[in-house]
Amino acid sequence: MTTPLSQIRNFSIVAHIDHGKSTLSDRLIQFTGGLTAREMTEQVLDNMEIERERGITIKAQTVRLNYKAKDGQTYVLNLMDTPGHVDFAYEVSRSLAACEGSILVVDASQGVEAQTLANVYQAIENNHEIVPVLNKIDLPAAEPARVRQQIEDVIGIDASDAVECSAKSGLGIEDVLEAVVTRLPAPKGDPSAPLKALLVDAWYDVYLGVVVLIRVIDGQLKPGQQIKMMQTGATYKVDTVGVFHPKATPVDSLNAGEVGYFTGQIKLVADAAVGDTITDEKKPTAQALPGFKEVQSVVFCGLFPVDAADFEDLRNAIGRLKLNDASFTYEMETSAALGFGFRCGFLGLLHLEIIQERLSREFNLDLIATAPSVVYRIGLTNKTEIELHNPADMPDPVKVDTIAEPWIKATIFTPDEYLGAVIKLCQDRRGEQRELSYVGSRAMVVYDLPLNEVVFDFYDRLKSISKGYASFDYEMIGYRQGDLVKMQILVNAEPVDALGMLVHRGRAETRGRAMVEKMKELIPPHMFQIPIQAAIGGKIIARETVRALRKDVTAKCYGGDATRKKKLLEKQKEGKKRMRQFGKVEIPQEAFIAALKMDED
Amino acid sequence: MVPPLPDLAVYVHWPYCARICPYCDFNVVRARGREAEAAALAEAVVADIEAQARRIGPRRLISIFFGGGTPSLMDPAALSRIVATAKSLFEPAPDLEITLEANPTDAEAERFRAFAEAGVQRLSLGVQSLDDAALEFLGRNHGAAEAERAARAAADAFPRLSIDLIYARPDQTVEGWRRELGQALDWAPEHVSPYQLTIEPTTAFGRAAARGQLRPPDDDLGADLYDATQAVLEEAGFEAYEVSNHARGEAARSRHNLAIWRGAEYLGAGPGAHGRVVLDGARTATVGARRITDYLAQVEKTGVGFEVAERLSPRDAAEERVLLGLRIDEGVALSALRALGLQTATAPVADLLEAGFLRIDSDRIAAMPAGRLVLDRVIAELLTA
Repeated sequence: MTTPLSQIRNFSIVAHIDHGKSTLSDRLIQFTGGLTAREMTEQVLDNMEIERERGITIKAQTVRLNYKAKDGQTYVLNLMDTPGHVDFAYEVSRSLAACEGSILVVDASQGVEAQTLANVYQAIENNHEIVPVLNKIDLPAAEPARVRQQIEDVIGIDASDAVECSAKSGLGIEDVLEAVVTRLPAPKGDPSAPLKALLVDAWYDVYLGVVVLIRVIDGQLKPGQQIKMMQTGATYKVDTVGVFHPKATPVDSLNAGEVGYFTGQIKLVADAAVGDTITDEKKPTAQALPGFKEVQSVVFCGLFPVDAADFEDLRNAIGRLKLNDASFTYEMETSAALGFGFRCGFLGLLHLEIIQERLSREFNLDLIATAPSVVYRIGLTNKTEIELHNPADMPDPVKVDTIAEPWIKATIFTPDEYLGAVIKLCQDRRGEQRELSYVGSRAMVVYDLPLNEVVFDFYDRLKSISKGYASFDYEMIGYRQGDLVKMQILVNAEPVDALGMLVHRGRAETRGRAMVEKMKELIPPHMFQIPIQAAIGGKIIARETVRALRKDVTAKCYGGDATRKKKLLEKQKEGKKRMRQFGKVEIPQEAFIAALKMDED
Repeated sequence: MVPPLPDLAVYVHWPYCARICPYCDFNVVRARGREAEAAALAEAVVADIEAQARRIGPRRLISIFFGGGTPSLMDPAALSRIVATAKSLFEPAPDLEITLEANPTDAEAERFRAFAEAGVQRLSLGVQSLDDAALEFLGRNHGAAEAERAARAAADAFPRLSIDLIYARPDQTVEGWRRELGQALDWAPEHVSPYQLTIEPTTAFGRAAARGQLRPPDDDLGADLYDATQAVLEEAGFEAYEVSNHARGEAARSRHNLAIWRGAEYLGAGPGAHGRVVLDGARTATVGARRITDYLAQVEKTGVGFEVAERLSPRDAAEERVLLGLRIDEGVALSALRALGLQTATAPVADLLEAGFLRIDSDRIAAMPAGRLVLDRVIAELLTA
């Protein structure tokens, strides 16, 4: 039995991180009877532990709700839960492309945030109809009138009939569902045309194998059908098709306008490229859907096991994560400082953090991550251009003609009192101001910033100077040439490859000074003094010295103490595994971890 | 001709103390109300030495050392019996050294004569400080004047006197310490052991330090105090023959401790006492049952008092020789390094030689003064290589 297009609504929820998107989704599922109360664990849609902990969505998910509206008709509502972070901007855009409308959830006490803005603009770009919803309306601090005005001023959409609700208490949930049915458009499509479906996302399920989430545009998808991925050219036989309620439930077919999943003999998640068009192999559609992009890593860093003996475990873990996350890339890397590891590419900083955390959490690995680096485009004197993912691979400076770095457009919302500090931070980071406006007592500043200044510790600095109140979002705006140089950190006159970085010449001294000061604190005194230097080519731009150890000797050592001393030495031997030898200097792993950490000053 | 017997030193641990010092992490208990147990312990120590002697075989007895705890609280008659036992079981060397550790109180000083008659000829006096406030801080049950009386009495009663001192106390200055050390030398000891105060985690001081209530001097001041110690004692004619031990001439050195640092055999008797003896052809580390009642039961049950007897591998034995031998001025035989697979021409030994931390003297390797100051690091370089 196929649902007529007029009775289908596909929509997503756009919200800032803690404005209640997940709670509202859960409430909608509960209201329409998707799950019994017993089955409702907190925030159903965020499956991964990390997703729940951080309150973020990493993988797109969908749930089909059957809603009997006040007009007496039963509607099929597909709620698409989209990743809410700029790192996953492409995934978000594909999820949004699978829907006709969005609910814009704004916390009635907090108002619009930078992230809300970026996401809602994406929805608007995808021609979405937008229904504003004021959540947490029952909070004493709620200011619905002010927030309505703000939505109109900042986002520029009509908020006069915004729905008021409280996802937490369940207030106004039916009003939200009614608005979805009455105010969002039904999908368009041709049920009798050849199959044309958008690949929204894919993941690996231990029971089902690779599960592919799709939106059918035209035609029909059925078990047994031979399909073709138009970008990759691969063909597969469909095993099962189904929908999420939110539990996976097989159906006979998925038809034009519907959202659901299928499984087939797909081995790797990487074989299911987000944004690809799926069609019938024998009766293909004429044209693929627009908007497909190859996955592109934006940020790179090296991941190394703390204990070199764990390298094989790391290799296995990375391989297994890759099974489920096609968007990160890796290749083997050797570092004199850190031994064997992998150079990994990520969609952004959050993605990097998530992968790192999953590796340590799900695979129990102790890791060192090198400083994140962006992708530089190096113009060589022989008129060719290379992409540089790792500062260690920087060509000989005499062969380098130009270096271009990626820039972003950053949108920052901040309470007025922190505006001065925010502007100073952006200026310090080579930012160029594009826009400055006020929304009530909040300022919105838009800056063009080099991404390499942002990956350093920008976000943490922003949080700290604004006491956590500033919100930040960004999009890539392309490459610009810059006066960039490679800075090395030398410990006892030996360059430490893991600490090398490309910096803007004007910022090199500050960065170099910060780095050598940090390393000075982190390298324990040795029996000799250790110079720590930051250098560009042969020129030293900052220097610190770790003083030689003056005294380290046990006062009393007689009969029984020998036994004790030997036990201590055994421990030290163990501890040595966590040390890296640099010429004569031993640097504890912790020093690298701390030096490479971005969240400290 | 019969080959000479191997040397053996005997260590007797007497765990009782009148008061437990807040810096001490040795195996000690309060003495009060334990007189009967102490008598039984003395008997058990005799039995322990007898039983161990049967397993060790004939040896040349070079030292008996009564340590603690506070062995000067012992009944001199019991001490005499232990000495007699050891002398009867092993062949006493002509220059047999018998040392007693003592607390410098009037009560104990009164018994010095009796201990001398029981055979003790070397007294190691735990003076710790010559400053009343410091003595109180260190939890000692005597003042500076009382300690001086005890030291003078000891100098009369025993041919050999050694004084223990503790420095690097909070708020101590280099000047103050020089003065204090000079005063102690006025009592004419032949041997001085100035120990830098070490905060052990399981002690009252350790807990205070963890709470932030106690802050010992930093390493810089610690090093300055150490340097001052070396200078004052050297000027007074003392040789720093070990990290914390200084003697006026060869004969004044502690033969007992030298035996330990040189890797000779020593028998441990008493609760928690450590020993290193050759049993069944292998150097063996023994540890006496730590609790007094356990020790008594152990002796009762097995004859010997040790509950652990771990055969040391040649590597373990060589490691001990290196980590102890580098503490003394004569150093350790190069063969011990070779047994660990270390060569003098390669790292880490070559680096330590080049940096002036170690020196080679024919077939021995020893710590230079600069190396001695960071000896734990030097040893770690060698033994964790």
